[in-house]
Amino acid sequence: MRATEVDLAVIGGGPAGLAAALEARKNGIGSILILERERELGGILQQCIHNGFGLHYFGEELTGPEYAWRFVEQVEKQGIPCKLNTMVLHLSSDRVITAVNSTDGLLKIKAKAVILAMGCRERTRGALSIPGSRPAGIFTAGTAQRFVNMEGYLPGRKIVILGSGDIGLIMARRLTLEDAEVRMVCELLPYSGRLTRNIVQCLEDYNIPLRLSHTVTNIYGKNRVEGVTVAEVDSNRQPIRETEEVVPCDTLLLSVGLIPENELSKDAGILLDRITSGPVVGETMETCTEGVFACGNVVHVHDLVDYVTRESITAGRSASDYILHHKETGRRKEFVRTVPADGIRYVVPQQICLREHPEGLKLFFRVDGIYRDVRIAVKCGGQEICSVRRQKVAPGEMEVLTLKPELLKGLDSCGSLSVELVKGKEGGLRP
Amino acid sequence: MKGRELTCIVCPIGCRLHITFDGDTINSISGNRCKRGSAYAREECTAPKRVLTTTVRVGGGACPLVSVKTEKAVPKQMIRQCMDEIHYVQATAPVRIGDILLQNVCGTGVDIVATRNVPQA
Amino acid sequence: MVYDAAVIGAGVVGAFVARELSRYRLKVCLLEKESDVAMGTTKANSAIVHAGYDAKHGTLKSILNVRGNELMEQAARELGVPFKRIGSLVLAFSGEDRTTLEHLYQNGIRNGVPGLRMLSAEETAAMEPNVSGTVVGALYAPTAGIICPYELAIGAVENAVRNGVDFKPECGVLGIRKEKEGFTLVTEKGEIRASCIVNAAGIYGDVISEMVQDKSFTIRPRKGEYLLFDKSQGNTVHTVLFPPPTKMGKGVLVTPTVDGNLLAGPTAVDVPDRDDVGTTAPGLEHVMESAKKSVPDIRFRDVVTSFAGLRATPSTGDFIIEASRTAKGFLNAVGIESPGLTAAPAIGEYVAGLLGKEGLPLVPKNDFDPIRKPVIRFRELADEEKQALINRNPLYGNVVCRCETVTEGEIVDSIHRPAGAGNLDAVKRRTRAGMGRCQGGFCTPRVVSILARELHIPVEEVTKKGKESNLLVGRKG
Repeated sequence: MRATEVDLAVIGGGPAGLAAALEARKNGIGSILILERERELGGILQQCIHNGFGLHYFGEELTGPEYAWRFVEQVEKQGIPCKLNTMVLHLSSDRVITAVNSTDGLLKIKAKAVILAMGCRERTRGALSIPGSRPAGIFTAGTAQRFVNMEGYLPGRKIVILGSGDIGLIMARRLTLEDAEVRMVCELLPYSGRLTRNIVQCLEDYNIPLRLSHTVTNIYGKNRVEGVTVAEVDSNRQPIRETEEVVPCDTLLLSVGLIPENELSKDAGILLDRITSGPVVGETMETCTEGVFACGNVVHVHDLVDYVTRESITAGRSASDYILHHKETGRRKEFVRTVPADGIRYVVPQQICLREHPEGLKLFFRVDGIYRDVRIAVKCGGQEICSVRRQKVAPGEMEVLTLKPELLKGLDSCGSLSVELVKGKEGGLRP
Repeated sequence: MKGRELTCIVCPIGCRLHITFDGDTINSISGNRCKRGSAYAREECTAPKRVLTTTVRVGGGACPLVSVKTEKAVPKQMIRQCMDEIHYVQATAPVRIGDILLQNVCGTGVDIVATRNVPQA
Repeated sequence: MVYDAAVIGAGVVGAFVARELSRYRLKVCLLEKESDVAMGTTKANSAIVHAGYDAKHGTLKSILNVRGNELMEQAARELGVPFKRIGSLVLAFSGEDRTTLEHLYQNGIRNGVPGLRMLSAEETAAMEPNVSGTVVGALYAPTAGIICPYELAIGAVENAVRNGVDFKPECGVLGIRKEKEGFTLVTEKGEIRASCIVNAAGIYGDVISEMVQDKSFTIRPRKGEYLLFDKSQGNTVHTVLFPPPTKMGKGVLVTPTVDGNLLAGPTAVDVPDRDDVGTTAPGLEHVMESAKKSVPDIRFRDVVTSFAGLRATPSTGDFIIEASRTAKGFLNAVGIESPGLTAAPAIGEYVAGLLGKEGLPLVPKNDFDPIRKPVIRFRELADEEKQALINRNPLYGNVVCRCETVTEGEIVDSIHRPAGAGNLDAVKRRTRAGMGRCQGGFCTPRVVSILARELHIPVEEVTKKGKESNLLVGRKG
């Protein structure tokens, strides 16, 4: 059994972990260890071979692997130690990591600071309780993507996709290009809420029908999927019996949601937010457990990896401050909670810990529906301190609001900072 | 006069664009909030282009596939042909990001380049 | 070559019959139409080892339930299968229910069930804080327990094979010819000669029996649907919770599983199709509503997966374990609905005895080994043990299933054991890889690779559950 001590342990070598580790190195942390369960760094980006990454962060349009390489290359150049093919089994509340791999065996790593960057997992058929049989041919979109893009195998030939999540749309195109027939994409909600670009370039380009307000109510097939029943849903999202239609197919792909992967966080007793399913964090990306930071999809599911990178840089910097100065300087005695109010599903960070914000304070949030022409207001103890207008907001597009330092002067008397949607000039909050 | 509707994909707003034609030439473009939208509409209607991303088999590599892309966007209607031509490409490890694995795919003048590294097995 | 006995069906009944017969100097084969052990009712039931108060006194069910419960601890130990005697509670919500429980109690005493006790509302709440506040009392049976039914069957078959039984998967019986001596079974893999036959064909029990013109009973499939909840809910209850029983059966129970999940179910609906094991929306809803009556805090959002199984409900109302009257040497062991799992070790014993009476010579082997080679469960080992294991075999350092912490070493072992895993679901049943929160999202590509490598087959030929359940349709590009 190997026991080591490091200054910073990073759990996860995807874009979040990589950016955080690089930032820590930039800030003078020498002893860093990245723990990654795959055979290479880069995380989920390695299988996201499509375009569209890096527009914000690099000002270029890159594919997933190219975006990852920008960071992997730096990690290699900086000589930041990584353990690949290594699975973290446990994180204790006092920052001792138990990990395992074939060459070292069991590893016990004591870290001064830990950065959680484990990403997320996909919601399953089981969790949705889709009735029917259990044949081969049911995949979550990410697993199908791995088979096609990393291993070189086709999951099926006649495909129905449930969920118009980005991964589902990307796979609709990918599989069509590999000569499969994607019969339709079904979306439970009456809107797609996804990046329009994906609808156009993945569905419209290939004449793949998008059925809004539809879901799959049954799966047929003894050994392999033989078909699914598709039905329209009503305003309560309940299937309408009379609209049921059997669609013959041999594959059902599910793109029905991502869930931050926080089993390790739970084991370590780290406080989680019930809505995001990720750790409660402050603007420094520190969790409620001292010395444990989190960034990327493990905190909340992102749409753009560019935001993940920025968030992870913050985490890396904060972790460095913590390691070098032991206690974060400039902390408030009492944290100010952020509260998602009308029309807002969640806000990250969930609490504000620092007294000063010389570069302003960024609040990331998601709305709970599609709204047009709205005002987003930030209120401090009921008083509006800032507002922005948006032409259109949707749950599938994370929003960010930057509060200038001057606005935050009155934070002490706040109690809480709420973010809410206010009626636009055209009236009517609901779409 | 013929007409066509498009959703602009240049920025997240997604303006609904209305284009009218006089025969094969564009007569008018409306619905866009910025110049990029009209440029997009023009290109989409006259010569739509797309970047193609796919994978190519690698012999002797640490992984069986290398992800690739067309270095620039290629005509949308040639995507299928390009996929067919790329199908026959077999790369050999080591592959470096940016390596040209197929030149001038389908006579478009655009190369197919690797988007990741694949070291030798 | 003529087998002394051919056992039809490798569910938990056939498995224990085969294992029991492997104690003797007999040539035995175990035939299974599917690609693996336990693919019928055995893999889709409540996984309860019943105390035995429920089965009507004097029936074969009651006798074999109690005997099976007695034998289970030793059987589980020998086969290396976890078994937990957590006890069970039958809940009463009214005075009328209490009367029903009284009858169960009396029946249980007559059946010889140890430790039965009636509990007050307070005692029930003390034992199960999360149980509904409307409960007025309960019947407590300390000898009830939980086990993994398919692990048990797999263990029994592996042990049987190790002791000389020929296990033949994908070998469905299509017809049986009575010969002058014994039988010829016409199977999917050719003809097999056997002196005796034990029919343990579960849902198809009457179909097999008709092959020797024995139409003395029918088997009706009765579907039961289940919901399985996340391990975080595993401590919601500590015993097996039953609602008051009705004519249709024991009702929707709520129980921890031996692996730490929470299980609710089953429903009870007769279905016409012997192969219909699909879940239904109304069925799952019914499970949820009924479960909430016993444990109000159960939440749908914690569901990890759902499944359905078919009970082989006999027209006679009791187990049918007897020599056929139409064919000498043909023995039925069918209609094994609840408490079939519990009774299985006892059924094995009983069937062997019946075969002996039929003239089969039962000469004990002196090299019979009841102990199955222990299965390694990496996640349960202490750190030092994990390290020592990896030192011996590095494959145990490669965690393949993250959710259940299953290593490559365990997966490879499950493939190469006698009656080993030959497909994805078979690996899943033996190792739990794919049974966690992500339901195989992460580990499936890896397990597929390992199967292809270990079985020397192309990846495209790896199946989910044998036959044509290929996972992938071809190589891309």
